[in-house]
Amino acid sequence: MATETKTKNKETSSKTIRISGAEAVIRCLMAEGVDLLYGYPGGAIMPVYDEFYKFQDQIHHVLTRHEQGATHAAQGYARATGKVGVAIATSGPGATNLITGIADAQIDSTPMVCITGQVGAHLLGTDAFQETDIVGISTPVTKWNYQITKASDIPKVMAKAFYLAKSGRPGPVLVDITKNAQFEEFDFSYEKCTSVRSYKPKCTVKEEQLKAAATLINSAKKPMIVFGQGIILGEAEQEFKNFIEKSNIPSAWTILGLSALPTSHPLNVGMVGMHGNYGPNKLTNECDVLIAIGMRFDDRVTGDLSRYATQAKVVHFEIDPAEVNKNVTADVAVIGDAKESLQQILPLINEKNHEAWLKEFRDLNQTEYDVVIKDQLFPEKDGLTMAEVLKEINEASGGDAIIVSDVGQHQMIACRYAEFNKTKSNITSGGLGTMGFALPAAIGAKMGRPDREVVAIIGDGGYQMNIQELGTILQTKAAVKIVVLNNEFLGMVRQWQQLFFDKRYASTEMVNPDFVTIAKGYSIDATRVTKREELSKSVKEMMASKDAYFLEVCVEKEGNVFPMIPTGSSVSEIRLE
Amino acid sequence: MENKQTYTISIYTENNIGVLNRISAIFQRRHINVESVNISKSEIKSVSRFTVLIKTTEDQMKKIIGQIEKQVEVIKAYYHTEDETIYQESCLFKLSAKLLIDNDEIQKIINNSKSRVININRDFFVLEKSGNKEEIEELYHTLDKHGIMQFIRSGRIAITKDELPVSEMIKSFQNK
Repeated sequence: MATETKTKNKETSSKTIRISGAEAVIRCLMAEGVDLLYGYPGGAIMPVYDEFYKFQDQIHHVLTRHEQGATHAAQGYARATGKVGVAIATSGPGATNLITGIADAQIDSTPMVCITGQVGAHLLGTDAFQETDIVGISTPVTKWNYQITKASDIPKVMAKAFYLAKSGRPGPVLVDITKNAQFEEFDFSYEKCTSVRSYKPKCTVKEEQLKAAATLINSAKKPMIVFGQGIILGEAEQEFKNFIEKSNIPSAWTILGLSALPTSHPLNVGMVGMHGNYGPNKLTNECDVLIAIGMRFDDRVTGDLSRYATQAKVVHFEIDPAEVNKNVTADVAVIGDAKESLQQILPLINEKNHEAWLKEFRDLNQTEYDVVIKDQLFPEKDGLTMAEVLKEINEASGGDAIIVSDVGQHQMIACRYAEFNKTKSNITSGGLGTMGFALPAAIGAKMGRPDREVVAIIGDGGYQMNIQELGTILQTKAAVKIVVLNNEFLGMVRQWQQLFFDKRYASTEMVNPDFVTIAKGYSIDATRVTKREELSKSVKEMMASKDAYFLEVCVEKEGNVFPMIPTGSSVSEIRLE
Repeated sequence: MENKQTYTISIYTENNIGVLNRISAIFQRRHINVESVNISKSEIKSVSRFTVLIKTTEDQMKKIIGQIEKQVEVIKAYYHTEDETIYQESCLFKLSAKLLIDNDEIQKIINNSKSRVININRDFFVLEKSGNKEEIEELYHTLDKHGIMQFIRSGRIAITKDELPVSEMIKSFQNK
């Protein structure tokens, strides 16, 4: 390790103290500013838990009810705060239960450090009790991972783990620590990691790339921006705003870019992708310069790649060189951190007015409003729509809440209809599409930002995938507002069955338990809404509560999410109905 | 559909546990069969060099290089076409010792193929041959008629004709 990493001397780091590996883990966490983490104990991680007991005044360990819940809570914490989320588990099943959350963090670039206990080094490879090759298993879904077999490696590896998780394009890192290394005593000192010689977190922005990008952007008659989470991860919200306000370019967002620009901003033209807005999807295939910022052209964004923005010159601002030309070929790539790139390009950008072009977005979005949105927000039929629930939440929160959504129809509705004033406010499982994400992620978000209202929007399917985390709410009193939009179906799959499989509803109908009783069993105030006239009052009551609150809204059973770009279609073939 | 061709990939990495797994996972995930792989020391102290052979399209090849270089412990990766490298494979044949005594032809084969006997005893002898894949294949077919007791061939090792800038990069790291 010594040859590969650079560290910075800090504070009292030159002094050493003789402590166990387990205590060293805690001291490393505290040195990295971790005061809150999520986990579940077990045999191979017990020495570390013993230290949690001793250090409970300084570091708060939250016992989730499942290791998967710990990872999603850590993700929710990370996404709401911008800090590294930490999850800890024992070996074997404890470790394997982390995998879904790790994979989710990898594909959504969430900074997370996972610590797992491991059997003693002398037992490695013997099929010992609760032994699993977690380093092997987690390799394809981690940014980096490492197995520690001796205590003296702990400080350097932990420092490297935090540095790698947070720097460059963030991601999950796993550190596996054998039990003997936790017990072993050694002379501890801690130095933060500041570089790894084989690793380049970000490139210095090249002037010629900026100039080429500026030339294309300035020459554009119909430019369009698609921005992603790179703006949020790079904390480039202000720079982004300066950039678009100077150039007056219509700006659309990916699901993970949502909340980087306030909903009400006049240049915010909505969401791109499968269930995105009509204007930005249609006009992707009409713009002359497409400016992608901190996004990766996911297939849910592009639809049929061979018919995606083929008329446009593409400018791609991106921190990860491997993303450039991966899906869409860039005419100009600006490789680097979004904040630096946008700061530096600003003086090169001409002030422009694209009013007529912007109006095209507004007109198409008006068509969408007339055909789709109006009926969703102000339905004339009996059944409650998911969108009208979001409308009530918007009104009650004023757009200031953190919205954590699960995966499925309600997620698309939440992203389409929720209003945001502040960044880091939309937390959802975008890339992996992990059902069960929202409940634990909302707990993490609330603990990370106790000053903010956190509303979890969950379907009846996903809710039951990590429903056990109600126990975590009971124990920690995390004041999460849980809204289950219950249509008694796995709604998105059912929608596809209706549209593409001749309504053969194979295994999508759900017979559900009494969710209100379950919530009450966990001492959480709970209400069920079945009628429109009860909705507004119930949402307000929920939002006014100082404690956790559960609201079940029984929505229409066979509602569909539109617009929609069917798989294999071009973005311009977006269907309104 | 773009044509697939053979590419030699050179990867400079830290000499750490698990790097091989990370790199092989990149091929596995994309359903690409690795034709051969060799890992050894490089010209730079404590830095390993992978030589990996795959068949793919150039477009895919470029993307794979991006994914390989993204790995934290990878220092630099390059891909080369067949004409851009000088490459060799090495192989060993175990043959019956009787052949050396009873068969004049074997001596001729050894001389003509520029292979050499590296071990000999009462029961068998071991023939070593370095060369390109075709030369080794040819020798294999010639010897096959006489009965091969064991055969093993190494992965390709390749040196590029053009200079690679990696050494300078590593030096700059070490000087910091």
